[in-house]
Amino acid sequence: MLLKKTLLASAVIGAMLATAAHAETLRWTRSADSLTMDPHSQNEGPTHSVNHQIFDTLLYQDMDVEYQPGLATEWHVKEDEPTVWVFKIREGVTFHEGQSLTADDVVFSLNRARHEHADMRGLLTSISEVRATDDFTVEVVTHEPNPLLPNNLTNLFIMSREWAEEHGVEEPQNYAAGEETHAVRNANGTGPFRVESREPDVRTVFVRNDDYWGIDHYPLEISRLVFTPIESASTRVAALLSGEVDFLQETPVQDIERLGSADGLKNEQGAENRTIFLGMQMGAATLETADTDDNPFADRRVREAINLAVDATTIQTAVMRGNSEPAGMIAPPFVNGYTEEMDEVLPADLDRANELMAEAGYGDGFRVTLQCPNDRYVNDEQICQAVVSMLARIGITVDLAAQTRSLHFAELARGEYDFYMLGWGVPTMDSEYVFNYLYHTKQDDLGTWNFTGYSDERVDELTVAMGQETDEEARNEMIAEAWQIVHDEIVYIPIHHQMLTWSMRDDIDFQVQSENTPHFKYLRFNN
Amino acid sequence: MLAFLIQRVLQAIFVMFVVALISFSLFHYVGDPVLNMLGQEATEADRAALRARLGLDQPVVVQFYHFIVNAAQFEFGISYRSARPVTDLIIERLPATLELAIISAIFAVVMGIGLGIYTALRRRSWLSRFIMTASLIGVSLPTFLIGVLLIYLFAVELGWLPAFGRGQTVRIGDWWTTGLLTSSGLRSLILPAITLGLFQLTLIMRLVRAEMLEVLSTDYIKFARARGLSDRVVNLRHALKNTLIPVITIIGLQLGTIIAFAIITETVFQWPGVGALFITAVRFVDVPVMAAYLMMIALVFVVINLVVDLLYYAVDPRLRAQGGGK
Repeated sequence: MLLKKTLLASAVIGAMLATAAHAETLRWTRSADSLTMDPHSQNEGPTHSVNHQIFDTLLYQDMDVEYQPGLATEWHVKEDEPTVWVFKIREGVTFHEGQSLTADDVVFSLNRARHEHADMRGLLTSISEVRATDDFTVEVVTHEPNPLLPNNLTNLFIMSREWAEEHGVEEPQNYAAGEETHAVRNANGTGPFRVESREPDVRTVFVRNDDYWGIDHYPLEISRLVFTPIESASTRVAALLSGEVDFLQETPVQDIERLGSADGLKNEQGAENRTIFLGMQMGAATLETADTDDNPFADRRVREAINLAVDATTIQTAVMRGNSEPAGMIAPPFVNGYTEEMDEVLPADLDRANELMAEAGYGDGFRVTLQCPNDRYVNDEQICQAVVSMLARIGITVDLAAQTRSLHFAELARGEYDFYMLGWGVPTMDSEYVFNYLYHTKQDDLGTWNFTGYSDERVDELTVAMGQETDEEARNEMIAEAWQIVHDEIVYIPIHHQMLTWSMRDDIDFQVQSENTPHFKYLRFNN
Repeated sequence: MLAFLIQRVLQAIFVMFVVALISFSLFHYVGDPVLNMLGQEATEADRAALRARLGLDQPVVVQFYHFIVNAAQFEFGISYRSARPVTDLIIERLPATLELAIISAIFAVVMGIGLGIYTALRRRSWLSRFIMTASLIGVSLPTFLIGVLLIYLFAVELGWLPAFGRGQTVRIGDWWTTGLLTSSGLRSLILPAITLGLFQLTLIMRLVRAEMLEVLSTDYIKFARARGLSDRVVNLRHALKNTLIPVITIIGLQLGTIIAFAIITETVFQWPGVGALFITAVRFVDVPVMAAYLMMIALVFVVINLVVDLLYYAVDPRLRAQGGGK
């Protein structure tokens, strides 16, 4: 009897091996866990990274951050109706629990993400209505023409209406309600992996979805994905060195060299979608922390002097051990509107900088406080320390205040800073996003991260226009003009584009994705 | 007796109230939770709306009143970070911390008493001197460094033990999970337990040694030796008994410290306990979790102190004389 069972089992296993493409486990670690499985309640990187394995979006950015069709096979602006985007929905797709995907699920998901409790709302404010015109066509109506709408949908995951209604999660989690919804720890998507088990902050296990619509289109070599977040950097690195994990996302800078030279491991590097820069309060009459009775930052010559004194190339070699790309503009190379000449880094020139300081009437320098986070960006505090010593050479005495991210951003948001560090990514891959948040005059829903007091009528005009102009050529001209204005004005002091490092077993074939979102369906094993 | 008990319990409640007040005031200096909860695309209006939903726009006194009323019912609201009830989170993670703390405590007590006795009896042997010197190093190295060193030695270089996590756990009953029943669970426990218990071990060892040396020089020990009792009987029956009375008190008091100190060890080893939960909460400004954790630790200390006081009261007749109770 037992023998018979064993024979039967081995026959079954043999048959499975013959049909399975690959049966490999990948153990993945990074510092932070996903916050929730509810796909619309949080707009946060690590949360999206996990949800991209379980759910699909209408379109997504592949490993080269190119836009690729997901659950939508094509999309275009409707003829004669510039405010309507049409999406053709992929046919024959099923959710993990067996429901068939229709346009109705897409309409439901977009509307759910527009709910007042959904953090994803901020990306969908231009939408006035979402409707299904047939089973596989969705129309999205915007208040004004919005050429960038599809770019805002790359992290907008599609849920099943039926499943949501069954479990009473038609609305995203409401924190004030004081209870947990079914969607926080359970997920039913159409994506390449299903969730087998989840213990928040401990371990999440995914198994390959063998009914995935893209099973023939993507490698999908991982049959089982185990995600264990490890908060402590040294422990995370130790886990990779000891072979307890195979893939480490976000390698700490101090360990890049060591992991690159370790047996059986390798690093993959690429540009990250984030630029680090300094902001200055130039709109106020006086500064809070300065010892002057006027505002030195209001004088363009002072800003130019600072720009000449802050030496990004030295920061790259001395602080970042080469793991950064010195920058001249706040947009990485793959963003629409990026130009090499705008991104060119000025060589440091202390003589000219001191001259400018003297011309502006600050020959004896002044004193000001620089505010930095110490746990948000790569080597953030060390960068600020370098800036302090560089500015000392043109007579500016900088008091450095470095603190944890939650305090830094809370105080920044209250507009309490004269001089601060900030990092900015461009998720829509278009310059409009940068102008909208960093350069437009701070008012209502625009310029929400512009704490410099900078306000320029023409830039405001261009910012609004580039958000609505559907003619590509005209639009790109606006973008170029706006960049020229803020570049000449020296609104911010760009330092560098961050580099992203992933470390992994050396038999893994997987490139860095600039959004820091690994799509594991692309991962291959070389064995 | 009853009057003493009531007095002590009232004191404990007062202490808890003060802790609540202090922890609540602290949260006004840790940043703005709303910024972490909403992405960078959120507008000021969105943030204001969320603040209103969370009741963060109300006067501090009102917020504190709600906090106290809820805390008294063990109700700490919903975590800002994971959108789950805080009480559930803590109950889910408590077994990991308690298991680690108890194993560490057992390790510290057994090894501490054993080494303490050995170093007291064989004061001049080179092994004793080595142990005493090593214990000084153990006391002076910070916990996280010990943890990192152990990880690099036993996980990375030798590959004997896991560097992080709790291994496979087994669920017992409704809410208890244990790692003691699987080999990966047991192997995962070794390094964190040593890291957490090392400081307590050296403390207990030095205490036992000092007490033992004192007891060994007393008259009744000399008398016992004079009666011709064997060394073993004298040392382990007569001397050790009297040595352990103060030691037991210290161990009781240290148990609270172990639970509180687990924060660092849990962070280094990614041990899924309440300490790691707290650290993650601090980074995210997850106020409900932070508040609940601080209250829980305060409660542990208050209860332990209360029990110790009552035990002393029961044991020591001098205390009863002042109490005036019957």
